[in-house]
Amino acid sequence: MTPTPHSGTSVTFSLNGESRTMEVRPWTILLDLLRQDVGLTGTKKGCDHGQCGACTILIDGQRIYSCLQLAIMQDGKDIVTIEGLASNGELHALQQAFIDHDAFQCGYCTPGQICSGVALIAEGHAGSRQEIREFMSGNLCRCGAYPNIVDAIADVAARFPGAHHGAKP
Amino acid sequence: MLTNDLHVGSPRSRIDGPAKVTGQATYAAEFTAPNLAYGYVVGSSVAKGVIAGIDVAAAEAVVGVIKIYTHQNRPRTAWFSSSYQDQVGPPGKPFRPLYDDAILYSGQPIVLVVAQTFEIARHAASLVRIQYDLHPHETDLEAARHDSYEPPSKRFGMAPPAARGDAVQAFSDSTLRVSQEYSIAAEYHNPMEPHATTVVWHGDDTITVHDKTQGVLNSQAYVASVFGLSKKAVRVISPFVGGGFGSGLRPQYQLFLAVMASLELKQSVRVELTREQMFSHIHRAQTVNVLSLGAEKNGRLNSVQHHAVSATSRFEDHQEVVVSWSGLLYKVENASFQQDLAKLDIYTPGDMRAPGAPLGMFALESAMDELATAADIDPLDLRLENYVDTDQNTGKILTSKELRACYRKGAERFGWSKRNPVPGSMREGRELIGWGMASGIWEAYMFKTSARVTLGPDGKLEIACATSDIGTGTYTILAQIGADAFGLSMDDVTVRLGDSSLPAAPVQGGSWTAASAGSAVMAACNTLQEKLLSAASRMPDSPMAKAKLDDILCASGRMALKSEPSKSIALADIVSASADRSISAEETVKPSLLKYLQYSSFAHSAVFAEVRIDEELGVIRVTRIVSAVAAGRILNPKTARSQIIGGVVWGVGMALHEEAMTDHNLGRIMNRSLAEYHVPVNADIHDIDVIFVDETDTKASPIGVKGLGEIGIVGTAAAIANAVHHATGKRIRSLPITIDKLLG
Repeated sequence: MTPTPHSGTSVTFSLNGESRTMEVRPWTILLDLLRQDVGLTGTKKGCDHGQCGACTILIDGQRIYSCLQLAIMQDGKDIVTIEGLASNGELHALQQAFIDHDAFQCGYCTPGQICSGVALIAEGHAGSRQEIREFMSGNLCRCGAYPNIVDAIADVAARFPGAHHGAKP
Repeated sequence: MLTNDLHVGSPRSRIDGPAKVTGQATYAAEFTAPNLAYGYVVGSSVAKGVIAGIDVAAAEAVVGVIKIYTHQNRPRTAWFSSSYQDQVGPPGKPFRPLYDDAILYSGQPIVLVVAQTFEIARHAASLVRIQYDLHPHETDLEAARHDSYEPPSKRFGMAPPAARGDAVQAFSDSTLRVSQEYSIAAEYHNPMEPHATTVVWHGDDTITVHDKTQGVLNSQAYVASVFGLSKKAVRVISPFVGGGFGSGLRPQYQLFLAVMASLELKQSVRVELTREQMFSHIHRAQTVNVLSLGAEKNGRLNSVQHHAVSATSRFEDHQEVVVSWSGLLYKVENASFQQDLAKLDIYTPGDMRAPGAPLGMFALESAMDELATAADIDPLDLRLENYVDTDQNTGKILTSKELRACYRKGAERFGWSKRNPVPGSMREGRELIGWGMASGIWEAYMFKTSARVTLGPDGKLEIACATSDIGTGTYTILAQIGADAFGLSMDDVTVRLGDSSLPAAPVQGGSWTAASAGSAVMAACNTLQEKLLSAASRMPDSPMAKAKLDDILCASGRMALKSEPSKSIALADIVSASADRSISAEETVKPSLLKYLQYSSFAHSAVFAEVRIDEELGVIRVTRIVSAVAAGRILNPKTARSQIIGGVVWGVGMALHEEAMTDHNLGRIMNRSLAEYHVPVNADIHDIDVIFVDETDTKASPIGVKGLGEIGIVGTAAAIANAVHHATGKRIRSLPITIDKLLG
């Protein structure tokens, strides 16, 4: 497909709680839409091929690699990025736990790790350290903060046992 | 009441944490500008030859393409290759992107497509057609190592030590002899953030460059030199770096390409590399060691001979400290060293976490394990038997060395005494259990660094230094030092880093930033205290009127007399009473030559590893690591522990996963992605226990710090390899230890 000028297709979705209607071209990747067109650069590009997890966001509560989603597919979706996790200036429990447990160093994989962790807890797959390790293995951390990431997620999962039934930590 | 809980030495959360967990920390490709153009790189698909033709017609026809750069139309840049030299490059002629028609390695950038959007640039790049005249290439170190050579020009500080005694004779006279070859695959840094540069064109012949770099001043000097600009016209700002590990020490080619396009187009330009392109530049050199140990029956060493051959490019002689460690770590009177290079048609390798050390130490510490087996001595006892308290390579005194305590505390925590020495003797179900250990060592450096501290009228402190924080925790430790100097809370200190307009610092690498920038901030704080006291003494009815620096203390944001703590003045009031709106001090620290001539300084570690190996499938899991570290003063145990954990994870990757695989017929790396070039994932990492051994060092640096970024990786791969031997009885001497090697 040649990206010649294209008027775009109208897509309406919720982004961090706000309804947005955007004209998107058929070849635009959701990750690029977020980073370039919307200016929400908290969602990171690490590989663009679904191999590193840095671009993980929440779509309808599910953790999704945004580099593998076309923007045009998002009509009617509820999208939450790292910028939408804190509410009223208060960090999400997992954001705070990442700080408390030093679960990052350079910070580049961190938004994806946190989004992934939030969904993981909601999925009910944060029952043990082994389970967290396994289910967080789609999010690479080259700084090697893995043990601290597990600590942070285990901490929040233990403090908010109802989270996987839909209660917001 | 005045209280002064010290921040230095206490666990403190990262002050850049809130920015990083909310997505507000801004990395190189995330800065933007009006009318920003996007560059996309096309790389060579062959390893050696000449560009016979480039057809850009189809690409140029794409609406939205602004310009396509090749060697035929690139704007004029510096003529001499020396103008492309950077602060840390090795001897040789640095790579010049788009310079001429010569292909030097597969993946070499040869076309830059600049377009109005990223998608248009990417699409147009796919339409560029290139013809090559192929020349025969060589990318196989096994073939090229027979033409290896001693680099005629040594990279600064990288020459191996002089030989001592007669290592050859002592080896042949020895009762016990180990002589083996140990190799390590080429590894790629793969920081999570791909290399990127955003150049903001201001319209007045000045540019602001947001570069993924570990040294904003290095990038600034490079850009000024290559493009003939004054440094004033180039400001480099990179407050956050998404992982470096050495990959951002030297300027990478996206910096050149983005600045080139921006200056010519008079427009802001961003060039961001793809993950695949992250395999087209710096990497850890593939290295082969031949290491020979000769010892008495009791394990005492007589002779060490260490010969390493590392790959380098055709155009530069990259060198690291690979072999020196073998003459340093254990007591041995006869030692010889050789560190050679072999030229391949590849990009120049470069520094990667603890450059050289884990390469050479994998050989030494594997050989020591083999010697322990030959001597029927516990591997830990063998190290203690050969313990040494001086730097035998130079004859200098060590500033401190608590390695013995690392061995003791690490062994205790690990439960080493319960180890059955017989390989294959420990098992659980279908898993063989192996316990191995190794030592680690890294030189403690300190380099000339400046810092400025400023106290504002609100009594809050700002610290400024050009150094980076690549995830090391630099922001936080500098804030701790500044907060302690004035008795402030962490919230009252802001730290500005990664900006070429700030006081000068070297590139962030080699574990020297904490010692260097930390000492600079400390020195600047001392001067600022003097200035504040001077200002306070001039205030009306000042209790400090006659006070000397030794007479006062700063706590809870106030300056007080030690003798009468109730007589105090708020720091904010001192600043407000002064003529200026703030009081500031800048200082520069540098290593003492006198001290350098007399002393050597190293961080040490003892690493204990447990592996569990599925006997039938050969799957290896590293289930436990204890890393006991002696590295002088620990400024922040929380971020320090993370540094060591990170290094250990890198050691696991080196031991079991990381390997760039080249198809030598094509001269091209085949696994250029994170799906095929394996780095450890969360499930690969189990328990990592970090111990910091008390070590007081008054000479390594003014603040007693030795640095932590490297020491975590150094001994880890060897400890794991030794554990694999203990589990299986198989000695794998080439890293990574993959299943095929174990079952083969």
